[in-house]
Amino acid sequence: MPVLVPETLEEACAALAARPGATLLAGGTDLMVGINAGRTRPDDVVMVGRLAELRGWVRDGDHVVLGAGVTYTECMAEPLASLSPVLAQAARSVGSPQIRNAGTLGGNLGTASPAGDGVTALVALGGTVRVRSTEGERDLDLATFVTGPRRTERRPDELIVSVRVPVADGPQEFLKLGTRNAMVIAVASVALVVEPGAVRLAMGSVGPGPVRATEAEAFAASVVDWTTGTAAAGAADEFGALAAAASRPIDDHRSSAAYRRRAIEILAKRAFLRSFSS
Amino acid sequence: MSTVTGRRDRRGVGTGAARPDGIPKVTGEFAYSSDLWEAGMLWGATLRSPHPSARIISIDTTAAVAMPGVRAVLTADDVPGRPTYGLEVPDQPVFASDVVRYVGEPIAAVAADHYDIARRAAAAIVVTYDVLDPLLDPEASLTAEPLHPDGNVFRHMVIRHGDPDAVGDPAAGDIVVEGTYEVGMQDQAPLGTESGLAKPTADGGVELRIGTQWLHVDRDQIAASLDLDPDLVQVELAGVGGAFGAREDVSLQIHLCLLAKRTGRPVKMIYGREESFLGHVHRHPARMWFRHTAKADGTLVKVEAKLLFDGGAYCSSSPAVLANATCFAGGPYKIPNAVVEGSAVRTNNPPCGAMRGFGSVQVCFGHEGQMDKLAAALGMDPVELRLKNALAPGDRLITGQRLDGAAPVAALIEAVAASPLPGEVDGPMGLPGGPGRTTQAGDVRRGVALAVGFKNLMFSEGYDDSAAAKIRLFDGVATVSTACAEVGQGFVTLVHQIVHEVLGDDIEVVLNTASTTDVGSAGSTSASRQTWMSGGAVKLAADDIKAQVDLDPDRAEYLADVVHQHTPTTPLDENGQGEPHVSFTFACHRAVVDVDPELGVLRLVDLVTSQEVGKILNPVQLLGQLEGGAAQGAGLALMEEIVLEGGHIKNPSFTDYLIPTSFDLPELRVAAIIEEPEPHLGAPFGAKGVGEAPTISSGAAVIAAIRAATGLELPRVPVRPSDIALSPDRTP
Ligand SMILES: Cc1cc2nc3c(=O)[nH]c(=O)nc-3n(C[C@H](O)[C@H](O)[C@H](O)COP(=O)(O)OP(=O)(O)OC[C@H]3O[C@@H](n4cnc5c(N)ncnc54)[C@H](O)[C@@H]3O)c2cc1C
Repeated sequence: MPVLVPETLEEACAALAARPGATLLAGGTDLMVGINAGRTRPDDVVMVGRLAELRGWVRDGDHVVLGAGVTYTECMAEPLASLSPVLAQAARSVGSPQIRNAGTLGGNLGTASPAGDGVTALVALGGTVRVRSTEGERDLDLATFVTGPRRTERRPDELIVSVRVPVADGPQEFLKLGTRNAMVIAVASVALVVEPGAVRLAMGSVGPGPVRATEAEAFAASVVDWTTGTAAAGAADEFGALAAAASRPIDDHRSSAAYRRRAIEILAKRAFLRSFSS
Repeated sequence: MSTVTGRRDRRGVGTGAARPDGIPKVTGEFAYSSDLWEAGMLWGATLRSPHPSARIISIDTTAAVAMPGVRAVLTADDVPGRPTYGLEVPDQPVFASDVVRYVGEPIAAVAADHYDIARRAAAAIVVTYDVLDPLLDPEASLTAEPLHPDGNVFRHMVIRHGDPDAVGDPAAGDIVVEGTYEVGMQDQAPLGTESGLAKPTADGGVELRIGTQWLHVDRDQIAASLDLDPDLVQVELAGVGGAFGAREDVSLQIHLCLLAKRTGRPVKMIYGREESFLGHVHRHPARMWFRHTAKADGTLVKVEAKLLFDGGAYCSSSPAVLANATCFAGGPYKIPNAVVEGSAVRTNNPPCGAMRGFGSVQVCFGHEGQMDKLAAALGMDPVELRLKNALAPGDRLITGQRLDGAAPVAALIEAVAASPLPGEVDGPMGLPGGPGRTTQAGDVRRGVALAVGFKNLMFSEGYDDSAAAKIRLFDGVATVSTACAEVGQGFVTLVHQIVHEVLGDDIEVVLNTASTTDVGSAGSTSASRQTWMSGGAVKLAADDIKAQVDLDPDRAEYLADVVHQHTPTTPLDENGQGEPHVSFTFACHRAVVDVDPELGVLRLVDLVTSQEVGKILNPVQLLGQLEGGAAQGAGLALMEEIVLEGGHIKNPSFTDYLIPTSFDLPELRVAAIIEEPEPHLGAPFGAKGVGEAPTISSGAAVIAAIRAATGLELPRVPVRPSDIALSPDRTP
């Protein structure tokens, strides 16, 4: 299979336009696993891993813009880790050092697995995804970018350039549960992002894509005393129960739906307790 | 961590000599069987059954044969010799022809110019099936229609010892506890998948290079199915990427040789990860019932057990695994009266066979669970109870066999029990969930428990077990030849140390480059036997050379050619009594586990071991075995399981077949290594195999610690988070 190695973002877009349906290659930590297991056999590959335009991040006022080529290791490093703690925590939970050095946020969004840890954190953060083709750029809402398992709003001729997320302005928590203590696909995960007056909770591995627990979010917003950042005892339990009710888990060989629901309940409760003292 | 370092001033036994293959392995220069390459070679691929049970109506290879680049397509019709193979009983078809009995059973093999062509051609073979209802429940198998002409029961056996009718005396305060335990299907999970290369030889034979555990048994099975004289089949060991029992059975050996003979060209095959899970045997899943009777002071009166092992579709080593399970079902304790009944049966699940610990691992979960239950019922300390009943030299096993070697069971238990307990974990990464941040210090409960286990060394029940070795001493260089399969255990290091110990540090020792069938059989690299068997053979050969040199120091060349046999054993009689084993090995583990009961996630905080080893030949390699074995045993309690659904393996990858990482295992601590030279014939310097004992009790200690932390029964391993979090018995 031919692998094109464009030098600029523009060349990459042109290469994609010339070969509709070509597969993008960033860190390869998803793609190569699929190829080795015989699940995919791309006809054309366009490598985006070395594009300077996709690397690095910048602060833009009260937002951070992260290139699609930003790795988990980079997410974990200061000062980015303090600007986006939930992303740093999610990044730390990914794979092993080797995977975190190679794997990228763009690849995590591209794969759009319901268990994607980067995706779950990004959905809780909210913000936009910038995609680009020879026809120009579009900014898409992160909350709705993933439309189903391995499906996104990205067109085949587009590549992901960056994500733009708000700088932390309140507690953030990422909790991921697996059947092993590291190097594991989430059985359930929660990402909680608190901003003054608002709470966002995204949940991984309990639906066809990341699931937002909107009722739990509204409950939290109403129950928290925003002047002190505290909540009544018992609020966390209710928050956990509402989150579990919003989850839509399935039974598979990794876990039962019943256990995933329970896990969400406990993880959401704990994320709440860590964010708001009573 | 108690450091085990060896002397470096000498090159003989007891030193921590470095492995000759160590640096090549860590630098990536070591050639594994997957690296084999020949000019002009073809690639092989296998077509496998997608059904656990079906009749084959027809096999149409036309499309595959017609594909450009395809050089051969073979089915059962192309097997010139014996159509079946098997370690103990040849009941497994080389290629299925009339029925398939498990998902993954080979039906055809293809050789083609390119790996992808071979795989596509295999996929292009059209097989029409009449799909049948699979028989997946081992209990049902006992009474179901036979799945195979040989029937459904691989072996049924009963051990009756002492007074089989003995009962406890409740009036005197005797206590009876019952328990049922279940063990899931573990995989050996060697990192190297099955691979090899065969080529035809000018004399009409075939030469195979392969990663295997036993060259000669491969050779004999290949010869039988190819209808060749065994001398025309040359098998040479290629670099082995882990074995643990998975390479004792034939996988691609016969297929490769058939393809090479048919095409007249070298043929290479390599299984992908998923195919590897389908292509080798696994550890037997087991269901086990126990009833223990003890006096009020804890003295065991009687052990009763019923064991049901699911052998899957074909026999493999099921009879021998079952024999171990029944013989060691009571654990390393004085048991005056016992009735143990065991069955290994055929189902449409994947075939099961050898894996490190071989039957003893499963029953250890049972006998140790029972000892803890008994201690609780008696209100006795579980360590105390074990010490009270611990086997000692001279005691009889439930087979009636007397322990005539070392059996320091009490000392092993005491050493582990006396080891200091760890404090609180240091920081959030040490808690359950680790980097997943699920758990904080206040969420966990700690459990501590200990388990002890034992098993036999080497082949049993009257098996004619031997190993051959040759040494040529010429010009100060001792060249050693054996057919022993180095599968990672470090035999290659020991050969050097043993020869130096006998012939001195100044001679140069060269091990024949690869083990081949040109030398006499070494027997299998399994059953903890090669240190004793092939190591013993090398020692005998070196002794022979030394005697020759002493007699006549002026010769240019000295030759020794020996076959080493261990003390003979006997079969078991109809009551399971006899002298079936040569020798035994004992180990003990204590686990400390932090459990987050609300989520069911946990962290093995501390693992400490003690083991009886005969004599330490190489302390560094010994520690490697203790660590690896303990990890594999703990893995079975914590997470390692082949998940089956309707006979299909749902997790045939390392994404989903989880083995412990460094976040799941603490550094193993060694409380005691007890050296008591093995008195039996041929054990080199009193040493014995150490590879399996560490696997037996580590998992039983881990699950017991989880029980202690949660107060739950947890009768099944591996324990799943949901078993804890969703248990109705959980107290908040
Ligand atoms: C051992 C191991 C452990 C892992 N552990 C985790 C884990 O804990 N959590 C987790 O979430 N994931 C995990 N993964 C999956 C993987 O590492 C992540 O999804 C990672 O983010 C993928 O990034 P990548 O750069 O390697 O993507 P690639 O494999 O290069 O690409 C992945 C997909 O995204 C597409 N893509 C890549 N870049 C772009 C772009 N700029 N625009 C559009 N599409 C693009 C590709 O075409 C492909 O479809 C693990 C993988 C392995 C092998």
